[in-house]
Amino acid sequence: MTADTGAASAAPMKSNDRRLTYEEFERYSRQMIVPGMGKHGQLRLINSRILIIGAGGLGCPAAQYIAGAGVGTIGIVDGDTVEISNLHRQVGHATSRLGWKKVDSLIAHLKDINPLPNYIPHPFHLDPQNAADIITQYDLVMDCTDNPATRYLISDVCVLLRKPLVSAASVQKSGQLIVLNCPPAPQGLVDKKYPPCYRCCFKKPPPPSSMVSCGEAGIMGPVVGMMGVAQAGEAIKIIASALHLPPSSTNDLTAPIPERNLQQPTLLIYTYDLESAVGPYSFRALRMAGRRKNCFACGENSTLTLEGIKTGNPNYVTFCSPPTTDHALPPEDRITASKYHETRARGELPAHLLIDTREKEHFSFGAIDGAINVPFGRFLMNAAAIKRDGGPPDQILPAEAALGDDTPIFVVCRRGLDSQETVEKLKELGVDHGGKRKIMDIVGGMKAWKDEVDPTFPFV
Amino acid sequence: MSETAAEPKMAITVDFSGGLEMLFSNQRRHALSIPAHDKDGKPSNIAFLISHLCKTLMKDPRTDLFVLDDHIRPGILVLINDADWELEGEEAYEIQPGDNILFVSTLHGG
Ligand SMILES: [Zn+2]
Repeated sequence: MTADTGAASAAPMKSNDRRLTYEEFERYSRQMIVPGMGKHGQLRLINSRILIIGAGGLGCPAAQYIAGAGVGTIGIVDGDTVEISNLHRQVGHATSRLGWKKVDSLIAHLKDINPLPNYIPHPFHLDPQNAADIITQYDLVMDCTDNPATRYLISDVCVLLRKPLVSAASVQKSGQLIVLNCPPAPQGLVDKKYPPCYRCCFKKPPPPSSMVSCGEAGIMGPVVGMMGVAQAGEAIKIIASALHLPPSSTNDLTAPIPERNLQQPTLLIYTYDLESAVGPYSFRALRMAGRRKNCFACGENSTLTLEGIKTGNPNYVTFCSPPTTDHALPPEDRITASKYHETRARGELPAHLLIDTREKEHFSFGAIDGAINVPFGRFLMNAAAIKRDGGPPDQILPAEAALGDDTPIFVVCRRGLDSQETVEKLKELGVDHGGKRKIMDIVGGMKAWKDEVDPTFPFV
Repeated sequence: MSETAAEPKMAITVDFSGGLEMLFSNQRRHALSIPAHDKDGKPSNIAFLISHLCKTLMKDPRTDLFVLDDHIRPGILVLINDADWELEGEEAYEIQPGDNILFVSTLHGG
């Protein structure tokens, strides 16, 4: 050992100055000859431990490159199992491994790419009780999760344990990426030039009503894949260049962070359009602010502790989804999917209009016989226009439906929320003609239709 | 309020991303000409722009997906010429001709 690495007092296996094996040279040579990488960069990767939280659309592509690059210890956290609807984007899984635990499926794939790393499965979801115990075993964390509560939890623990965090997210046709907490500065040490944490950048989560998940809103495989690959790129750069560590001559984490390691916090966003070529795809690199003085997690007077997190303080669930007022229509305005189906099949239902308020992409998968598609967003817009400009309320109804003043209307949506709001709005506009016409909600939407009436219905 | 023909305007571009474009005619970029001053004669700032967008550009009635209590709703980042508005003075930033203002909804999926 040479003098300047001796102080690191690491176990001999972890030496940053050992010889590479013949296989390692062969396997990693193409990245080792890239300027700035070399044997030192490769050994740093081999001696490092990276935790990938989430083995889905971000985690799969990210893990492939982390494994391929030769990171020595790779932990994967996920409690889910592989489903067929995952496979268009979650490229670390396979049709032959449907039903497997995602961590096992992904690790099988990674071992095929590179058998040398030590793979550690954590086959459960990260939660406030287990987060610190898992994260503490690693040098860098990649947030590849799909919900805000876990994102805030991961960031908070990374601040307290001083782990750099590479965070990405993606929905539909957009993706975002940001490196946080790198190099990690001690909690409460405030200086604008120090890197932000997740809370510094995203103080509060959006209200749940405005949030969409990939399961509900959809996701293009290459978009989320691009963000996962970019995450791996950042993680490899940080480890190979030791950007997250204090100067190599000391192991003192409170030593001032060298200027060369301070990066401009940057949020990368990637977007494209599907239906028009008017807007081309775009990458934008946005300059973000540094550490925030009054940040709840890393700021001056932060009271956040690992003990607190374990015992429910803060409460991530209520922080991310404050209790909502659940408005349900009175029972006389509602009919279950099975009752609707049965009375209609027996011919006991009068001629009526059936409105389906799902988006047209969902509607294109299939619908109840005779349903007319009136997407919810467009419906609200038209309702607002009629309210503002006046005009006959029945104008809101689809033109192709010839209706008598008392022809009943039934409304169905995806899960039974939008349809209730639609019924309320229709009545508010006076489409019920003072009670002459019945307007009813089909309880539970097309989800209930699938569960109660037609199990083969392609519900998404 | 009065129709002064010479009301000075300025040209800016406003972008929406991360799903917010849905609320603005499904269009990601809007080239706009906005009043250079608010109704009190003060230079137009970001707070003015936000209410101006709600009144003139937003056709979707779900304004609560964009503003809550007269402020931009949590979960939306505002970028002024590609920099976080925190670096520029947030709502009080006085808009300059040619500025690009980007509203991005933060994503959580993966
Ligand atoms: Zn912070």
